[in-house]
Amino acid sequence: MAQYLFNVLHDSSELATDEEMTAIRAFNKQIQADGHWVFAGGLAGPDTSTVVDGRHSEPVYTDGPYLESKEFIIGFWIIEAADLDVALKLASQASLHCNRRVEVRPVLSA
Amino acid sequence: MTGVAEVIAGVHRDEWARVVATLARRCGDLDIAEEMAAEAFATAVERWPVDGVPPNPGAWLTTTAHRKAIDRLRREARREDKHKEALMLSGPPEPAGAVEDDRLRLLFTCCHPALAVETRIALTLRMVGGLTVPEIARAFLVSEAAMAQRITRAKAKIKAAGIPYRVPSHEDLPVRLAGVLTVLFLIFNEGYLVSEPGEDAVRDDLTTEAIRLTRLVRALLPSDGEVAGLLALMLLTQARRPARVSANGELVALAEQDRGAWDRSLVDEGHALVRGCLAAGRAPGRYQVLAAINAVHTDALDVRDTDWSQVVALYDQLVRLDPSPIVRLNRAIALAELDGPEVALAELAGLPLEDYHAYHAARADLLRRLGRSSEARAAYDRAVELTGNAAEVAYLVRRRDQLAR
Repeated sequence: MAQYLFNVLHDSSELATDEEMTAIRAFNKQIQADGHWVFAGGLAGPDTSTVVDGRHSEPVYTDGPYLESKEFIIGFWIIEAADLDVALKLASQASLHCNRRVEVRPVLSA
Repeated sequence: MTGVAEVIAGVHRDEWARVVATLARRCGDLDIAEEMAAEAFATAVERWPVDGVPPNPGAWLTTTAHRKAIDRLRREARREDKHKEALMLSGPPEPAGAVEDDRLRLLFTCCHPALAVETRIALTLRMVGGLTVPEIARAFLVSEAAMAQRITRAKAKIKAAGIPYRVPSHEDLPVRLAGVLTVLFLIFNEGYLVSEPGEDAVRDDLTTEAIRLTRLVRALLPSDGEVAGLLALMLLTQARRPARVSANGELVALAEQDRGAWDRSLVDEGHALVRGCLAAGRAPGRYQVLAAINAVHTDALDVRDTDWSQVVALYDQLVRLDPSPIVRLNRAIALAELDGPEVALAELAGLPLEDYHAYHAARADLLRRLGRSSEARAAYDRAVELTGNAAEVAYLVRRRDQLAR
């Protein structure tokens, strides 16, 4: 079994609507029942972000996201799947339910 | 011993994909499979002239490549990954599924939709076709370094992202097979059409390779109509190749080709495939319809014998499957033969193909036939401007210069 991160891509400050939230909850229930669920969460917008560099004697805090871009990540899933084909199918369901595009990234195994 | 080199070349053509595919399943790593297959062939080049060609060259190569892979994995295992060696030595689990040929697995993996199209093409030519990286780089006019990097990146993604080494499940097969056929058709067209200025009008190596790979898919999936259709389409297109470019490098339009120069055996084979598709009685997909259109053309020994109503009826069928502007353009060209250039010109109006050379070439030809010379000249100019193919430019320029002043 491999793990995959689904990044939910978004390009405006609007949060998920009630219908989208209902659909997302239904999808979550389904992948929990099917044994794919590891973890998931929605994120606050990029204007709430702080970048921290703790590699020096004093940590440096920077207000704002590490990348200025039109699109950003507004939520994520970590799922478990046998291979990429299974992950891509789940991702297309995830995209449909949250009504946004989803990036699939493999999580490196230890 | 001049024969041995030829034998090795033949074995390479026939066995490369099988050796890579078998190895990829056994050791679960495309990179190692490719590298060890190449090494096994290098060993054959060294040993066979001295020891003689083994009775079963394919088995010899697979065994040799497998041994090299085990040695390699053992060396690596000693350093890091114990698990891999255990996997290798206990023997791989034999997979279960509907269609079980390792070459088919390899093909579906190389044509996986998570890879970019140009990557699928390169990977398929390397892993299944056995072309070298320099050969593929030359065919697609990119540097060897760039092509090598494209292939290396693809193999790394397949491994890291967990693209499975398997034939897709029954429900996914039609879509995934369509993806494989798209790659094969792109390879064929790249060889046949050549869009880059200054290149040979026809690059035989790519067309030949595409036909060879499609034959392989047909052998592996003999009951699929679209596979048969694509193979027929390629054969009937390739059959006209000897008549397609004149001695002075000018493209020859279908209507003006010396039909006696067509390759009869390819035509016959293509026709037999089309008849087989018709006999199967399935609703045909686009490759089968395209093959049927080409069968009607190649059926006529004189262009005047062409059954244009049949061609237009087939294009009507194609438009229903694929209502794209390019299909409608081709339908209009056929319609001109049935209902005259005026009707066809009206069909062309409004197609969003302003930047497509063939659109302007078709308009130019229709305007020429209607005697509207100055409009025709402008359309030829635009077509010349947009086309990158030298043979086609030569044809268009001659046609333009023949227009009445």
